[in-house]
Amino acid sequence: MRKLALRDEILLRVEKPARYIGNEVNAIVKENEKVDVRMAMCFPDVYEIGMSHLGIQILYDMFNSFEDVWCERVYSPWVDLDKIMREENIPLFGLESQEPIKDLDFLAITIQYEMCYTNILQVLELSQIPLIAKERTWEYPIVIGGGPCTYNPEPIAEFFDIFYIGEGETRYRELINIYKEARRKGVSRTEFLRRAAKVPGIYVPAFYQVEYKEDGTILAMKPTEKGIPEKIVKEIEMEVSDTYYPRKPVVPFIKVTQDRVVLEIQRGCIRGCRFCQAGQLYRPVRERDVEMLKKYAIDMLKNTGHEEISLSSLSSSDYSKLPELIDFLIEECRQRNINISLPSLRIDAFSLDVMSKVQDVKKSSLTFAPEAGSQRLRDVINKGLTESVILEGAAMAFKGGWTRVKLYFMLGLPTETEEDIRGIGDLCNKIASTFFETVPKEKRVNGKVQIVASTSFFIPKPFTPFQWAGMCTKDEFLDKAYITRTSIKEQLNQKSIKYNWHEADASVLEGVFARGDRKVSQVILKAYEKGCIFDAWSEYFNNDMWLEAFEECGVNIGFYTARERELEEVFPWDFLDCGVTKEFLKREWKKARNETVSPNCRMQCQGCGANRFAGGVCFEEKQM
Amino acid sequence: MPEKMETQRYWKGIQDMKLRIKFAKFGAMRFIGHLDMMRYFQKAIRRAEIDIAYSEGFSPHQIMSFAAPLGVGLMSNGEYFDIEVRSYTTSRDMKNRLNRVMAPGIEVLNITLLEEHEKNAMASVAAASYSVRFRENYEPGFDWVSQSALFYRKSAIPVTKKTKKSEVSLDLKPAIYSMSAEIDEAGIPVMRLLVDASSSGNIKPSLVMETFLKENGEELSEFALIITRENTFTNIGTEEEPKLVPLDAVGKSF
Repeated sequence: MRKLALRDEILLRVEKPARYIGNEVNAIVKENEKVDVRMAMCFPDVYEIGMSHLGIQILYDMFNSFEDVWCERVYSPWVDLDKIMREENIPLFGLESQEPIKDLDFLAITIQYEMCYTNILQVLELSQIPLIAKERTWEYPIVIGGGPCTYNPEPIAEFFDIFYIGEGETRYRELINIYKEARRKGVSRTEFLRRAAKVPGIYVPAFYQVEYKEDGTILAMKPTEKGIPEKIVKEIEMEVSDTYYPRKPVVPFIKVTQDRVVLEIQRGCIRGCRFCQAGQLYRPVRERDVEMLKKYAIDMLKNTGHEEISLSSLSSSDYSKLPELIDFLIEECRQRNINISLPSLRIDAFSLDVMSKVQDVKKSSLTFAPEAGSQRLRDVINKGLTESVILEGAAMAFKGGWTRVKLYFMLGLPTETEEDIRGIGDLCNKIASTFFETVPKEKRVNGKVQIVASTSFFIPKPFTPFQWAGMCTKDEFLDKAYITRTSIKEQLNQKSIKYNWHEADASVLEGVFARGDRKVSQVILKAYEKGCIFDAWSEYFNNDMWLEAFEECGVNIGFYTARERELEEVFPWDFLDCGVTKEFLKREWKKARNETVSPNCRMQCQGCGANRFAGGVCFEEKQM
Repeated sequence: MPEKMETQRYWKGIQDMKLRIKFAKFGAMRFIGHLDMMRYFQKAIRRAEIDIAYSEGFSPHQIMSFAAPLGVGLMSNGEYFDIEVRSYTTSRDMKNRLNRVMAPGIEVLNITLLEEHEKNAMASVAAASYSVRFRENYEPGFDWVSQSALFYRKSAIPVTKKTKKSEVSLDLKPAIYSMSAEIDEAGIPVMRLLVDASSSGNIKPSLVMETFLKENGEELSEFALIITRENTFTNIGTEEEPKLVPLDAVGKSF
């Protein structure tokens, strides 16, 4: 048996030792002598979060399907073990081999949200790898970043050797071959990085230089050498039905957030909501073949023993073969006593029928995401959900026995007025009235309806039509939450409505990182040195420490958040090309301010630029 | 599509049958707690395509009963749980099927068929046997192998047992069915214990060891012991004259 990296005394002292022992069913253990390249895939958060992430499962499966590669997993040690590892100088280790990360060839970190940035530094430091990429020699692994946050990698550019921009299925084999060749020939680390920088989709920050204007904005970002591309186009897997997907996902021992089989039915979204980054980054929409999905569903259930399966996509209702797939799953899962967990579907007759088959209506709730309280503002953000659709859906659901409704909104959207905000309370009230109008008194289960409205604060993200928009300050956010709360309290049915709002401090910080430049990296480093870690966990998020770090580094938060950008401004992420053109985003930004909606990809092509990838929804036969 | 059970023989009773599964737990699996072990076996049973019976209701669950929870950090050569199945093949086939889908550190040792009247695993537990060794650098400073006989010969061993809410005074002596120290095959001193593990009188081996050390003027440190549960027993005698047999002795092979 493998020797565990941590002594029994340590494992017995920490919370949930199962986070650190590996050994899970379907975890892959190879013989060191039989592989050429060893790597670890990291999700820089605690095990239960990291293990729930589909992307890592796909890439773990892909890397290990390469005979010459052994890929392990590593997550952020929780604060209790973090402390012990620092005290005892224990290097961070891969779960499978239990051997130090620092001895591997690659450390690949997926970066799913901005608030994990300090945890990236934690993983590097515990691994005993220099935090700053320029200080690393061949003695250390190549540190690669990937995932949605790498569409603006600049705030963390100093910490990474390489960023992989786009979907991981396409270029890693090539990169590994270049690595093997480089090591065989004994070339320098810099030379390897130079070769890597020429692979499509690969960004090596060390080969780019940024010049700033006097006002702090970017004058230009240029390669430092000839042969390094000026523009990096995202990588995309166009053959989504014939690519890597895990048939045997790792089965954790402890309960994790996503403790089920996850079936990714499609990538991308046709909707084009203007606040949504994923909706732009993953264009064009590519559906997986329904027969492939059926086969994988059965295989994955059989190989994991999970008791639940869930569909994953940005907008499952738009998957063209959804009824066929769901019918199949209902039938198969009934035989096996497997639960089906449906992602938030658009509420209509079809989805209500399906939901009533797979869940306990009395216990489950309906979810609507109007995102804004008024039709005017919903037009601005291009959220094609109207009040009548919501009310009709709610009425149908109430007749079907549902009594709980969840509503998601954003505060601080561009052009938002007090009237828009008050619309949130109005809408909630109308839904409650619909319940009382639809369901006769004698049929009301528990006699009442429960409406939960939640608001988050809008954060402009790169590569969205709102990338030019100003973001609210903390005080503005809190004022808006206050108006929302008051307006809900004024409603006739206010007793049926519960209101939750999101923390404002963390949103401001996320706003800085989302549109930050290289100057922000010193703040992240400073905050980490002060002790900031697990910032995504409210109990560990320490806003004062962050404010000190900004202060000490002389970096102005408002410059990155509150400022509305000129159309001509060069953004830190402009050297990346995510498939949609800046011209398209400008058009959408203009349309937003004119309160004009854009039809979705299936209704009418908006010329975003993603058709250059020659596939997906752009080349579907138009369905009328 | 998964095929039906790949079996040569296939029995189905008029009603669901109760099976008792014995397994060993070692290596990294020591750090998996009791509730997670239950979840682990629920998934393993699906992977092995055992035709387990489910409860009625909107969210049916597998009909399963575990014997005595094993503390985190302990190894075992004698853990048990019962399941109800709608059909079954042979002990050997089902054992193999489960062992093919186990994580390293869990091995299914035996599967027996229970008579309808047998109590479930949890209610059956009367006692458990343990081997206790000292971790390196944690050995006591006195000759504990020879002292252990003296300790066990005492007519009463009063202790205070701490529970979550209160402290209870009790006599350990009647709860220890046997206690002896010896040198194992590897030349390492080991304490063999057989103690009460019933729901009303469960005694942890660490409590016995702690009391033993205290008698000899030493403090038991938190991580000193390496404990293996060797087997779990049920009482087929009477309360006055217990006759302890392993939990699978009441079942039969099939």
